[in-house]
Amino acid sequence: MKFTKDWLSDHLSTSKSERQMIEKLNGIGLEVEKVDHAKNELSEFVVAKIIKANKHPNADRLKLCDVDIGTKETIKVVCGAPNAQDGLLTIYAPPGTTIPKNGMKLEVSKIRGETSYGMLCSESELKLSNESEGIIALSQKYSGSIGKPYFKNKNNNNVIELSITPNRPDCLGVRGIARDLYACGYGNLKDIKKIKFNKKSNHNLKIKIEKSKNQACSIFGSCLIKNISNKESPSWLKERILALGLRPISAVVDITNYVMFDLNRPLHAYDLDKIKNSITVRNSKKGETLKALDNKTYVLKENMCVISDDEGALGLGGIIGGVRSGTELDSKNILIESAYFDPSITRKTSKELEINSDAKFRFERGIDPQSVKEGLEMAAKLITQICGGEVSNFDIQEIRKFRKKIIKFNSNLVSKTIGIKINQKDIIKILTRLGFETKNKSKYIEIKVPTWRPDIFGEIDLVEEIIRILGFENIKSIEPEKTRIKPTLNFYQKHFHLAQRSVASKGYYETITWSFSDEKINDKFKENLKTIKIINPISSELSVLRNSLYPNLIYYMEKNLNRGFSDQSLFEIGPVFTSKKPGGQITVVCGVKRKQHNDNAYLGEKDLSVFDIKKDLIQSLVELGVDKDEMLIEDISPSYYHPGISGCISSKDKKILLAYFGQVHPKIINETFGFEIFLDNLVQFKQNNKKINKDFVLSDFQKSERDFAFLISKNINAQQLVNAIKKIDKSLIKKIKIFDVYEGENIPSDKKSIALKVTIQSDEKTLNDNELKDISNRIIKSVEEHTGGQLRS
Amino acid sequence: MSEFEKKLFEFKEKIKVAKNLSELTKISSEIFGKNGIINLEFKKLGSLSPDERKNFAANINSSKKELSELFSKKSNEVLDKEIIEKVNKEKIDITLPEKDFEIGKVHPVSQVIDEISCIFSEIGFSVEEGPDVENEYNNFTALNTPENHPAKDMHDTFYLDQDMKTLLRTHTSPVQVRTMLKGRPPFKIIAPGRTYRSDSDQTHTPMFHQLEGLHIDKDINMGHLKGCLNYFIKAFFEVEKIKMRFRPSHFPFTEPSAEVDIGYRIENNKIIIGEGDKWLEILGCGMVHPNVLKNCKVDPNKFQGFAFGIGIDRLAMLKYGINDLRSFFECDYRWLNHYGFDPLDVPTNYRGLSR
Repeated sequence: MKFTKDWLSDHLSTSKSERQMIEKLNGIGLEVEKVDHAKNELSEFVVAKIIKANKHPNADRLKLCDVDIGTKETIKVVCGAPNAQDGLLTIYAPPGTTIPKNGMKLEVSKIRGETSYGMLCSESELKLSNESEGIIALSQKYSGSIGKPYFKNKNNNNVIELSITPNRPDCLGVRGIARDLYACGYGNLKDIKKIKFNKKSNHNLKIKIEKSKNQACSIFGSCLIKNISNKESPSWLKERILALGLRPISAVVDITNYVMFDLNRPLHAYDLDKIKNSITVRNSKKGETLKALDNKTYVLKENMCVISDDEGALGLGGIIGGVRSGTELDSKNILIESAYFDPSITRKTSKELEINSDAKFRFERGIDPQSVKEGLEMAAKLITQICGGEVSNFDIQEIRKFRKKIIKFNSNLVSKTIGIKINQKDIIKILTRLGFETKNKSKYIEIKVPTWRPDIFGEIDLVEEIIRILGFENIKSIEPEKTRIKPTLNFYQKHFHLAQRSVASKGYYETITWSFSDEKINDKFKENLKTIKIINPISSELSVLRNSLYPNLIYYMEKNLNRGFSDQSLFEIGPVFTSKKPGGQITVVCGVKRKQHNDNAYLGEKDLSVFDIKKDLIQSLVELGVDKDEMLIEDISPSYYHPGISGCISSKDKKILLAYFGQVHPKIINETFGFEIFLDNLVQFKQNNKKINKDFVLSDFQKSERDFAFLISKNINAQQLVNAIKKIDKSLIKKIKIFDVYEGENIPSDKKSIALKVTIQSDEKTLNDNELKDISNRIIKSVEEHTGGQLRS
Repeated sequence: MSEFEKKLFEFKEKIKVAKNLSELTKISSEIFGKNGIINLEFKKLGSLSPDERKNFAANINSSKKELSELFSKKSNEVLDKEIIEKVNKEKIDITLPEKDFEIGKVHPVSQVIDEISCIFSEIGFSVEEGPDVENEYNNFTALNTPENHPAKDMHDTFYLDQDMKTLLRTHTSPVQVRTMLKGRPPFKIIAPGRTYRSDSDQTHTPMFHQLEGLHIDKDINMGHLKGCLNYFIKAFFEVEKIKMRFRPSHFPFTEPSAEVDIGYRIENNKIIIGEGDKWLEILGCGMVHPNVLKNCKVDPNKFQGFAFGIGIDRLAMLKYGINDLRSFFECDYRWLNHYGFDPLDVPTNYRGLSR
């Protein structure tokens, strides 16, 4: 919403400065977004400098000038003035401006084959003097003003732009803003002058609102104005229209706009001679069409509110008028419409047809239903003043009565809500100034809500009005109490927090990527999950909710690769979506890692392998409180992993999946390793397996270490071998460490050799040679039994 | 000079001229070994009278002590010499680069969420969460935002079905609804999380982070709201004083509603938070609308309180001087390295929020 202080003073007499006013507006919830110099008809004329006056190739008397108009690049202007020369400071008029002398509107044109963008002006053309010989030569003091308007704004009027919240339609009119300022004691609200007409003619057009279900229109007021001579608006009106950022069109159109911004009362002007017989406000039929004033043709759905005549739709009620009945400069007889349309139906229609207009913006927020007559009066007065004509009596069709809402207001609620005491006298003063009618009852105040405030429903809304006008700075801050009734984080949240920092501490950089993903990449990772499409995605690359954290991480990893980062460890902790129902999501920690082939051998570093990622993963799981001996590692994994170099970690009973890890399938990306921790599962596992702190017990007896090398089938994995050994006696076998795996020469092709060190220690005594020998034999036997492995001799 | 004394003298000389450890080992066994001179001399004790023995033994012991001192001194010398010789041969170019220490980074948004949680923990708030996918009711209707209301224009919503009943939450406020529906007052929670609006330009991303706050009890008023936010902002920006203003605004789910601005100034192209004559909007808040309480089965005649919503990404940008919101989600390795936090840098209220 835009206005000028000058315009505001039509409604408010105040001695406050613009600065004070701006501060106050912010303080009462009418946020000032911008303060700009007002545009006027002459503000397009800017100071310019001829950089080079070249000879026109096809005309001896013309010059083709390179002109600096304060923009990045110079522009070309053809000029016939003898004084057009290099370095001259002058005044430039861009295409679109109207030359004051002859009213000619400038266009981009070709002059003798050369395109000229605008014009350099003489004094007579700007009506500065009669001097028409040559273009204006400005003094050097203008050399710093190139690109700036030559004509200074005389009344120095600033345009104040407010960002009005959707609950305050009344402040979409200057009157509403004035009323709010008046309520805070910033001046006096002026009365609107009663207008009296000599209503000479009769309103002889038949108008009817159809009473149907979902009828958006409940009041349709109108008057006819005959024998007008529509013309260009007078300059005071033009200036206000320009201040709003609109283009002046004709007096009739400008006046309807003016009334809309002045009183927040949208109007529409029809060319009466183009209306066939009568007007009916009705619901549209499916497929009906309307060519609207924005020059687009809309195909209407059923039950949209149309203003129609015998021939068809003339306009969409409260949204936009039609071309067929639009007024022109030569319109002689017109009909002015001032109506009330239902906010939510209007909004629905405009959404469906994707139309935005100033009228729609106001009606969907709620227009004062009692401003119908006021709007007609003001428009009729202005039109007859400027264009002449005779005004008919007003025809007001009404199918619903709007009564003022009544609220029983207990003023104690004010102090209860805001924490400070306000006396009732001040409360009543504020409300009265805002237009509320108050009546003291014994236990409450009876409040009548003005019809221009559709946002006020109950007591709490009145509380807001009072504190808003009093100012939030009056509320006393109360120091918060430092007591806690519940732990800050719950069990799951603690694990989230720990997982995040645990993985980060392994060298991974945390990323946050979109919860959506590219469907094509997502498909590679979704396995048997359903694709969850977004109906209105921001782009086709972000059209589905992610079924895995991999798609985005891989995508960004590749981007970093292109930036030249070959070594990367990235991770994300966040939601993965399993269904489109609320709650159909799990939390996953996914890490990805890649490293260029070893390029600093002197450090003894090896190429990245699956055991690097496994190390990071297992360590994080341990840090999250899952012991190694609670994990079962198997070579099962989803299809986006390398089938031979990947696995999963689950609880021993295989019931809870904790993680996947491995090399990402080379058909997706080469030489990249990754892991996924399923955090919800992990937390569930921990809840099922609560740990008791173990006592610190040391065995005083000697420990012995024995090395073994077993020849086992390639189908048997290391864990099976370890399990076979552990089985013997958990209290004796303290540790099993695999230190070598060998395949190749001297070994059958279907076999591999695994060498391991077993630590044996009793908690009760020092084992003697025979006992140790016995344990060794049992190890060999158990391995044979459970894995078919043979001790390598 | 007795035979023993002669030998003693000889061995002293031998020790003095010994050149390496192996020579010394040999000498050591010749002196102190089973058949070394010391032991042989002791064996003579048996043939002596008790009176003579005492003197004789004392004599051997003092000789033994003298020899062993001499010996350990010499062997230390030899050992040192050998180590020094070895060390002098060893030389590594220590200007070669060290092994990389692979410490990762925590994203600034995560860090800021932890900082915020830490501050609110101190004044008794606990953390709640809600799903990213929401239904129309929790996201709008329960929050007093009717269908076909222009207030919805502020929320460009992503929908998951044609009849627009399932959506990606446009704010964290539905967590208010979920929290109140599943429990009984008082409520004192914060809820950080991902939020979504179909908006993408210089200053908007389709996904961003919000923090919801809710405090409902019998007599919580706007003074508490002011005090709470004032406490939070000061603690978050780690300043003693902060210029703060409440501006009336409109949110369907709070009444009265306010936006909060903080003062700042620009110094050397950097934002200095807390003072100055410029204002920066950082959050929205208000007293929870009675309709919302009713929708959440809380009696508005008995309970009241405040709610607020903060843009987490924006707070992170302000505190850590990040200019471009979009960069948060672009995963540029250089950016993550520069703006990310050491995982050991856990914000705590006893050590402080940041280093």
